Amino acid sequence: MNKPLIVLASIAAGVAVLAACMQKQPDADRLPDQVSYNFHIRPILSDKCFKCHGPDVNHQEAGLRLDIPERALAALRETKGAFAIVPGFPDSSELIRRIVSDDPGYQMPTPDSHLGQLSEKEVALFRKWIKQGAKYERHWAFTAPKKPALPEVSDKKWAKNEIDYFILAGLDQAGLEHNDAADPEHLLKRAALDVTGLPPTPAVLDSFLQQPDDAAYAARVDQLLNSTAFGEKMAVHWLDVARYSDSYGYQDDNIRTQWAWRDWVIHAFNENLPYDQFVTWQLAGDLLPGASREQILATGFLRNHKYTEEGGVIPEEYRIEYNLDKTKTYSKGVLGLTVECAQCHDHKYDPFSQKDYYRLFAFFNNAKELGFEGDITSSKPAKMPVLKLTADEVHNTLQFINYKDTGSLMVSVMGENDTLRKTFVLNRGVYDQPTVQVLPAALPAVMSYDTVNIPRNRLGLAQWTVSRQNPLTARVWVNQVWQEIFGRGIVKTSGDFGMQGDLPSHPELLDWLAVDFMEHGWDTKRLIRQILLSNTYRQSARVSKKALQEDPENIYYSHAPRVRLQAESVRDLILSTSGLLVSEIGGPSVKPYQPKGLWEAATSGRGELATYQQDKGDKLYRRGIYTFIKLTVPPPSMILFDASNRDQCEVKRLQTNTPLQALAMLNDPLVLEASRVFAQKLLAGNKDATANISLAFRTILCRAPSSKEKEILGKYFEQQLDAFRKGKLDAAKTVAVGEYPPDPTADKAQQAALMKTINLIYNMEEAIVKS
Amino acid sequence: MEKEQLEFHMNINRRRFLTTLGVGLGGVALGSLLVPDLFSGKDQQEALLQKLPQFAPKAKRIIYLFQNGAPSQLDLFDYKPLLSERFGQDLPASIRMGQRLTGMTSDQKKFPLAGSYFNFSQHGQTGAWFSELLPHTAGIADELCVIRSMYTEAINHDPALTFFQTGAQVGNRPSMGAWLSYGLGSENQNLPGFCVLLSKGKGNGQGVYSKLWTNGFLDSVHQGVQFSSGENPVLYLNNHEGIPGTDRREMLDKLAELNNENYANFADPEIKAKVQQYEMAFRMQTAVPEITDLSKEPESIVKMYGADCLTPGTYAANCLLARKLSESGVRFVQLYHQGWDGHGNLPNEIRGQCQDTDQASAALVKDLKQRGLLDETLVIWGGEFGRTNYCQGLLKKDNYGRDHHPRCFTIWMAGGGVKPGVYGETDEFGYNIVKNPVHVHDFHATVLHLMGLNHEELTFKHLGRRYRLTDVAGNVVKDIIKT
Repeated sequence: MNKPLIVLASIAAGVAVLAACMQKQPDADRLPDQVSYNFHIRPILSDKCFKCHGPDVNHQEAGLRLDIPERALAALRETKGAFAIVPGFPDSSELIRRIVSDDPGYQMPTPDSHLGQLSEKEVALFRKWIKQGAKYERHWAFTAPKKPALPEVSDKKWAKNEIDYFILAGLDQAGLEHNDAADPEHLLKRAALDVTGLPPTPAVLDSFLQQPDDAAYAARVDQLLNSTAFGEKMAVHWLDVARYSDSYGYQDDNIRTQWAWRDWVIHAFNENLPYDQFVTWQLAGDLLPGASREQILATGFLRNHKYTEEGGVIPEEYRIEYNLDKTKTYSKGVLGLTVECAQCHDHKYDPFSQKDYYRLFAFFNNAKELGFEGDITSSKPAKMPVLKLTADEVHNTLQFINYKDTGSLMVSVMGENDTLRKTFVLNRGVYDQPTVQVLPAALPAVMSYDTVNIPRNRLGLAQWTVSRQNPLTARVWVNQVWQEIFGRGIVKTSGDFGMQGDLPSHPELLDWLAVDFMEHGWDTKRLIRQILLSNTYRQSARVSKKALQEDPENIYYSHAPRVRLQAESVRDLILSTSGLLVSEIGGPSVKPYQPKGLWEAATSGRGELATYQQDKGDKLYRRGIYTFIKLTVPPPSMILFDASNRDQCEVKRLQTNTPLQALAMLNDPLVLEASRVFAQKLLAGNKDATANISLAFRTILCRAPSSKEKEILGKYFEQQLDAFRKGKLDAAKTVAVGEYPPDPTADKAQQAALMKTINLIYNMEEAIVKS
Repeated sequence: MEKEQLEFHMNINRRRFLTTLGVGLGGVALGSLLVPDLFSGKDQQEALLQKLPQFAPKAKRIIYLFQNGAPSQLDLFDYKPLLSERFGQDLPASIRMGQRLTGMTSDQKKFPLAGSYFNFSQHGQTGAWFSELLPHTAGIADELCVIRSMYTEAINHDPALTFFQTGAQVGNRPSMGAWLSYGLGSENQNLPGFCVLLSKGKGNGQGVYSKLWTNGFLDSVHQGVQFSSGENPVLYLNNHEGIPGTDRREMLDKLAELNNENYANFADPEIKAKVQQYEMAFRMQTAVPEITDLSKEPESIVKMYGADCLTPGTYAANCLLARKLSESGVRFVQLYHQGWDGHGNLPNEIRGQCQDTDQASAALVKDLKQRGLLDETLVIWGGEFGRTNYCQGLLKKDNYGRDHHPRCFTIWMAGGGVKPGVYGETDEFGYNIVKNPVHVHDFHATVLHLMGLNHEELTFKHLGRRYRLTDVAGNVVKDIIKT
């Protein structure tokens, strides 16, 4: 790719007008007693000033740099005798004079920056900060976390564990109160969905309800963590990070077989492979001494990105592109940084130079990988370097791979060149404009790279990454796990822990969790258990008027969040509650029902994936994680529910609520078939409509219906039954949906009426929400 | 003018509504696909919004006829007799100036110039050149602003197409239509603001991919919604066979009752929003089939677009559908038509492509005009790059191929406040631009300007950076805008 544009791209962070106030805090106009650089000043400086007076050495207007005190407090180069900041004396500080000025030729930010002027509150913060001495602080996220002491709280009895101390302290400060505990049914549904992505069955609910105390709840949580569905649930998030797909992407978009790596991810989570090893294997499993096949397989992580098979491309352009992608996936997914901004120039906000970027890039630049292996006519299931696994090997030593064939299995993995490929800084990020040579090194602003003790290759990078001193890795992962459970991270911008990222809502909690996580062997299951056993998590999701008014985003957790299930779980819930789910783990991805013509309309006609060949039988009823992802036309029902399109590393999904989702819930054959089969199964066991409706309700929503709900549903069923009996509605047509065999003996009118009633239950808002 | 200003400010209100989505408003209609026309209420962004552009929009809606695969400007618009005079001679290095080539022709020892096989003539008051392949387009010459000096950086389809649609060659950035939906919302309560229609010609095709109409980091309400004429115009729109519309209404009433029960219990505004989404879905079920049903169009219209327009999925049908969607207030209708990638057998293939597209493209412009909509609807026709003046493969008088060429190509625009005429000029070899170059970013800046948006101020902050469609470049081409 030619890069000048991308270069330009990052030169500018454009303009501010609209989004500038996306990150407002709910606090009043009151100034803090002590103004903090990290929490009050730096966010404004970064947003409004760093673009021209920040770390990018090529763009420090008037020689002024405001991100480090040595330069910010020095005499101005272009205004004799003046200082941008005079600690203690706001009125003598040029910075203050300029941010309050009305003169377009003098004021800051300049009008043509489109960044907008500072608000009165922001100016007041600057004044107070300067008055208090203008003390700079190191960026919080680049300082290694320390385990803070537990804060004083109003109600120690409420705290089940450390998490609750930090949350309660926040609530106390904000003048809010915690909520009552959720009732056991809601709690168990929430926990089961968070840990396994599947709802609890009525039998499990019943047994829990017999004695829903602390011990029983803890035992349930352990059971959930030990079920194999846990790995599947956790893997969904990691597949987003790792941009996993089943095709090569780009225009022709042929099939690839990378799913064995996906099976490994599920396995690794289920085995509770410590997170430091989980990361090490994926970054450098092939470089570990005596690397096992499994460790090499793990490096597929770095090879999941797109590969072009468009005839006529320039190979080096794409080889570079692939490494840019690897660099981005590592830095965003593992370190929570937007390092890619330094691809074309020094980072505008964070202390990463362009050289730093290419030093990081250099770790990935020595792979035995080609930019182009040929067009789609010579397409293979994996690209160099390839791990070839024989069927025997899989069956004997890598049993977690669900492989039924007898031939060998190919996976794209990492492997180094024998002679080191040189890495250069690329002028403006363009592949054919190398400038100075650089050697591999990690980001010095985050943590120094000890070249004496660790090698300058991916293994060294992995060691640097999972070092106890690394300030980011544990925080970023703990934050992602928290986000997947609560719907929002402690740092809301889970992909940006840099200067422009949001500040943590509970910085001490984040640090406590991160340190505790490292102290206990990077144990992800333990972390989840801690969160689930906290009283914070166990609160009811009922929202009080006060909370809605004073903390509409629920930043302080005065109640449990109500979060819509992720796309895969929507599917899983429908399949499991209706009894259709085939809970086989892993294997080649499957092609369930999909509206006709989608692949066909977009394809050039080339390659194996030109037409959608829907699967049959069991393959129609696998969990959402196994749905085939063709990058150019990702599965529509997943995309409608905000799944990642897997084009690039994503650490966070959007949460939307659209009429297209409503249409999918109403008309997707999956939901209709599930309703029909569920009705069929219920009727085979019991003919009593009221009992069947209640059982369906309880199975889907994980709670018993209220009398009002019973009444509404009962009435609906009777009306429907009547319409079917009288021939106003066509029962035979209604039940004719899906490939699961019908029950020829069933009374069609009864079955159709129950099916419609169940379909109504599936469409209830609560059905696909954790609450 | 005053009315336009007022409308523009209503749009700003919509945008304000949008920018607050996902922030403080929490559940209130969070992520409605159908963006309300006007959102009132107090807002802290007032001060900032005062800085927004104060100019009135020229166009309200866009229909973009994307000719995917890159049509040959040298066989359609950019008449170069020199190429016929020097037929078969090598392209001088002084003209090529080291331009990088794709892997398909970089190994060629010679670059023989290929004059077009087709005859050209001038049309209309502007005197624009058209080849014989475009009789219908030539017939509306005086409506067209023909830009012969477009250029791009990408030399392969995927990055070039992605660049045209999202302003970046790689990445997952919002598409043009998504930006406009974000900036201006939808004019219609029952339809999305951004619709996508796909078709294929018989020529060498290059696929399309949903990333081209992605919302990127914008809220997914701004994602392009794929439409088609025919039986199932929108995903999951049709009720299952056994479920008639009246029955659906009954079900939705019961559903609302059940959801309201739960709202009484949890007080989460998301529950209310969900009820609204089901109502909108229901309205779409009525509104969309009415619009996508082309069978009721009068004879005169069918004649205008050509008989193909009654066959679902053809380019002609999509042009007609585009007009209907646009007329109903869809902000941005994006068509893609495959088959222009003429590496070989170009004269034959391009003839077929033009037969499929020429009449309907021109009909769309004429149809909008006769409805009084052309002034407020911007129609754009063009591909992702141009094609080389030299031959790829074997050169014959009546048969040749052309490789990708990023340095110059032709697109046209009509209506929506653009000035008819011919803009920009290439050298006599048709290889380099000699006058008024228009970069893809300039094109985007100009289109946004026509819609009343300042491309430097339509931004969205994502992971610390303020993104815009034009990245960090782009100048509005004022010369082609009506005053």
